[in-house]
This record gives sequence, C-alpha cells and structure tokens, in this order.
Amino acid sequence: MILGPKMNSASPATPVLLSDEDVLQVEDLKAHLHVGNAVVRAVDGVSFTISRGETLCIVGESGCGKSMTALAIMGLLPKPAGRIVGGRVMLQGVGDLAQRTPRQMREIRGQSVSMVFQEPMTSLNPVFRIGWQIEEAIRVHERIPQAQARERVIAMLDLVGIPSPHERYKAYPHQLSGGMRQRVMIAIALACRPKLMLADEPTTALDVTIQAQILRLMNRLKAETGASLLLITHDLGVVARMAKRVCVMYAGVIVEEADVGAIFATPLHPYTQGLLDSIPSARAGGERRRLHTVPGLVPNLAKLPQGCRFADRCPHVYGRCREEEPPLSQPTVGPLAGSAQKVRCWLHLDHRQ
Amino acid sequence: MGAYIARRLLLTIPVLVGILVITFLLTRLSGDPTDLMLPPNATDEAREAFRIVHGLDQPLWTQFVRFAGNAVVGDFGASLRFGQPAMTLVLERLPATAELAAATMALALLLGIPAGVVAAVWRGTSTDVSIRLVTLLGQAVPSFFLGVVAIIVFAVWLRWLPTGGRGSLGQLVLPAATLAFNLVALIARVTRSCMLDVLKQDYVRTARAKGVSETKVVWLHALRNAFIPVLTVIGLQVGLLLGGVVVTETIFSWPGVGRLAIQAIYARDFPVVQAVVFVFAVIFVAVNLIVDLLYAVLDPRISYR
Repeated sequence: MILGPKMNSASPATPVLLSDEDVLQVEDLKAHLHVGNAVVRAVDGVSFTISRGETLCIVGESGCGKSMTALAIMGLLPKPAGRIVGGRVMLQGVGDLAQRTPRQMREIRGQSVSMVFQEPMTSLNPVFRIGWQIEEAIRVHERIPQAQARERVIAMLDLVGIPSPHERYKAYPHQLSGGMRQRVMIAIALACRPKLMLADEPTTALDVTIQAQILRLMNRLKAETGASLLLITHDLGVVARMAKRVCVMYAGVIVEEADVGAIFATPLHPYTQGLLDSIPSARAGGERRRLHTVPGLVPNLAKLPQGCRFADRCPHVYGRCREEEPPLSQPTVGPLAGSAQKVRCWLHLDHRQ
Repeated sequence: MGAYIARRLLLTIPVLVGILVITFLLTRLSGDPTDLMLPPNATDEAREAFRIVHGLDQPLWTQFVRFAGNAVVGDFGASLRFGQPAMTLVLERLPATAELAAATMALALLLGIPAGVVAAVWRGTSTDVSIRLVTLLGQAVPSFFLGVVAIIVFAVWLRWLPTGGRGSLGQLVLPAATLAFNLVALIARVTRSCMLDVLKQDYVRTARAKGVSETKVVWLHALRNAFIPVLTVIGLQVGLLLGGVVVTETIFSWPGVGRLAIQAIYARDFPVVQAVVFVFAVIFVAVNLIVDLLYAVLDPRISYR
C-alpha cells in the first residue's frame, strides 16, 4: 500500500451537493448507545432522503430505532450514552449535522430543523406561560424587539388553530388540553420557519378525534410553510393519511422503503407483511379470525444475531438469512423484480435460493 | 388568594392555643411553680403571698384563661431575673436572631443550590462525588461540634475571625457558617435529586430542541421546576434552624433569642422561657404559611381559593 496523505477524519467531509429538491439526506447513519459495557446499536446504518415539501414516514414497533434516528438528526441523543458513530446527515444549506459541534447544533436546532414530541402533556414546561415558551424559540435565534416577537407568537397561535390567541398567550400548559398543547408544540417547532420538522409519534398520546385534527393541521401547515416533514409513527393508518413515501424500520435498520401505495398493495419484506396483517379488519361478512401478530420479540440490539435481523421471527427464513445480512436494494427476483421499491430481504434479492 | 390567607390565619388560632397550653403546662408539669420560682428557704407567708399574687390558688383552668388572655397581648409576666417584661426581653433580642437566621439562610441557598445543580449536571463525575461527600459530612456533623471546631481553627489558631459577639460582619461569619453547614448539605442533596429528576423531563428536551443554551436549560428551565420541592424542604427545616440558633448563639455568645432561652432555662426564668417558646412557635407557623403562599407564586398549577 502506498502511503499517501493520511485521510483525517477530523477534516470536513467533502460536501455532498444535495440536489435543490432534497432537504435532508441521511447516509448510513449509525447512532449507538453505550450502556454499561454493552453497545446498543439503536440506529445501525440508516439512509433516506426527504425532498422539499415531502412527508416521509418511518414506521416500526417500539425500540426499532425510529425515535433514536430523529434524536440523532437533532443532535439530542441521550447523554452521555448516545453518540453518532458514523454516517452523514446532510441538511440543505447547512451541511453535515453529524460533524457539528454542540454549539453549532444549538443554532441549527429550532431554526433549520425542529421537532415535535410524542407527549404533549409533559413536553411543555409547566411553570412558564405558553406564549413565553413559543417566544423563546424565536428569540433564541433572532434578535427582534419584544413587541414584534409577541406579535409573531400570537400569529403562530392563530396559525396552529388555537382560539382567542391573545388570551391563550398568557395561559399555562396545564390550562390547555392535550390537543391544544400539541398545537403549541407545533407552533414552537414552526416558529422559526424551519426547512424540516421531525415529528415523533405526534398523535399517539391523543384521542382519536384529536389525532385527525392534528394530522390535518400538520398537513395544512406543511403546505403553507413549505417545510418537509419526517413523521415517525407505528400507526399504518397515519402513514396512509400523511405520507407519499414510507420507510419500515426494524432493529435499527430500514427493511423496506416504498411509496405508500406499494407498501399497502405489495409489501415485500416479511416484517412489513406481518405489520399489515396485524391491522384489525372491519370488513362486513369477513371471516372471523384471531388477529395476526408477528411472533417473537425484537432482537437485543446489543447482541444482534449474524445475518438478517428478522430471521428468528420470519416465516420464510432459509439458510442464507442466518449467514449474511441482506442489503437494502431493489428486488431482483420474483414478480416485482426491478420495481422502485427497496427491500432488505434475500427472498427478493437472492438468485441462488 | 385573600380568602385563602384569611382561612389559613384562622387555622393558626387552634395551633397557637395548643402552643399556649404546652407553654402553660411547662411550668406546672415540672412541679409547683412556687417551688421553682421562690428560693428554697422562703417562708410559708411569702409562698402564700406569691400564690395569691400569681393566681396559683385558683383552679387550673382559671389560671390558664388568665395566662392565655395575657399571652395573647404579649404579656408573659416579668422576667424573674431581670424584672423587665419577658416579651420585651425576647423582642429586644429578636433582631440579632433574625440577622443570624437571614445570613444563614442566604448562605445556605447561595451555596446549597448551586452545589446541588452542579452535582446533578456533572452526575457521576469526581465533582459530583466530592460534593456528595461534603454534603454527607455536613449532614452528619452536629453544629455544636462544628461551632467549637470552627472557633479553635479560625479564631484561636488562625486568628482570622473573632470568637464571638455581635456587631461587625466578621463576628457574623462563624456563627452563620456553622449554622448554615447542615442546611447547605441538606439543600444541596435535595436540589441534586430534584434536578436529576427534572433534567429527565420531556420539557427539558423541548427546550434543547428549541436551541436554548445549556446554561439556560439548566438554570432556568430545570431549576425553576426543581426549586419547588426544595422550597418544601426549606420550610420544614425552619424548625431545625430555630433549634440550631439556640445552640449556635450560645457557642458564639450571639446576643439573640436562642442565647436568652438557654440563660432563662438555667436561671429558671419561666416567663422568659414561655415567651421564647411562644415566639418561636409563631415564627414557625408564619414561615410555613409563607412557604405555602410561595408555592402558588412558583408553581402556576397551584392556586389557592
């Protein structure tokens, strides 16, 4: 081997030029949690792209790494256990978030990329007025006079559909319902007009009727502000309603990526199929059967088996699955060979089976 | 809020009556007040005269009504030692004690809260371990021992500070520091555990997601919430502080109510002892009322109606 100039990992990575249409490009992102002596590979090589104004959904069960993916993008991995150990998070006009110092990330958070969390009941600080909490999101990033900030906050409250915003400006979180609090969280997230909003199960904690309102609101605001949305959910109904494209995550990796139509019509990965079979059906006259569940448990992310991560729960498992981990790529065998859908499963990639 | 305060003030009446009963019984439980207050060689005529003057020939409940009636207007009788009204003696010494208590509380808050916050933020580091060791020590060492050690080290050996008395700022340092030591330790420990709890809360993550600086996240968003339970503990410790005042004032010859109480007990000066107990009880009740009202100020979820 010729000794050339050393590749220094500290030098800025060659900037990948995102196309104008791409707001976020995540490449082989790896985020690990160090718990005691174990390394939990919560996010283990995740790649996806979100274009301007697009909604991308990430679905998967609890503990599959979907929330960790969002927190890694935000630079909010639990400290000190969590760390990004590899990959890139390219944000339009900003660069690689994975290479930013905590101080730089602070300036980016809330301004270029923001996040809405699962628990509206506990996500707002109970001792501060909601107006103040939204205003703070603006004043952290912009030096504007108080009166102007206040006006903007009231406009935001109005935008997210909170009635009588002038009075609600002075309300404390406990005076609002869960749905109203989630609207406030959305107002905080959009206060600085970010390019990208991450929403981690934003409706899971809400009543079903309120869920629909919040989803409609997010769709409307996305259209009005032009922001892109990364929506994390375990609810396939939400996926169908919100997104064009969806990534199915399992045990820290994406196992299938497809258009929403294709996911429901022709799910390729056995895990995706299992998820879809687990939706209760209310068809009249349909056969009565026990609700399908995916057998087994999610593998321990600190001790992943060799080969495919889903092998132990897969009804179609065969020899190669236990030896080699399949890549995420377009199917090359089977009836859907060559379709745009991507899958991480040997059933669709292995010619020798 | 006004109605709440009025109701709370009304509720203090039974408490104060209870305190009066106890202070009244103090003199009766320890034997015939005549034996306590008169010299052993007093003549029978003198004893009888004393009984009649002090109403001790009356039934107990009549005596109590008279005692309580006088106590309510601050009349606990004249000090047997000084001849002045007992309450006047106590009130004269009160500013000195208030000064010491205020300095102690200020010191305890200024050291205890930052120490607790730092220990929580740097959890598991050597900083945290050292703070926890010192606070453990602080809670274990009694103030009478600490006071004596402080005098030996800082006043006798190093000659940095006077051994006692009141007047200069230097004379305030040792008694306040001695009295504050336990309190600092306690406040630091409670602050640390509350901060650890609060820092895990979702709203702290929300603040970080907004891009708020870590300093502001910790000292504004988190501490503002963590301080509420800390306040409870401080309110509960006021009783301990008043007890500590008695010991510390005596060690440092601080001319306050605590030292007066010790002197009065040694001299069997019962009117003064009763006045001190009553005043301390009123202070304790008042501080707890103030703490309860402060909750409503600090925590918008609490409102008093």
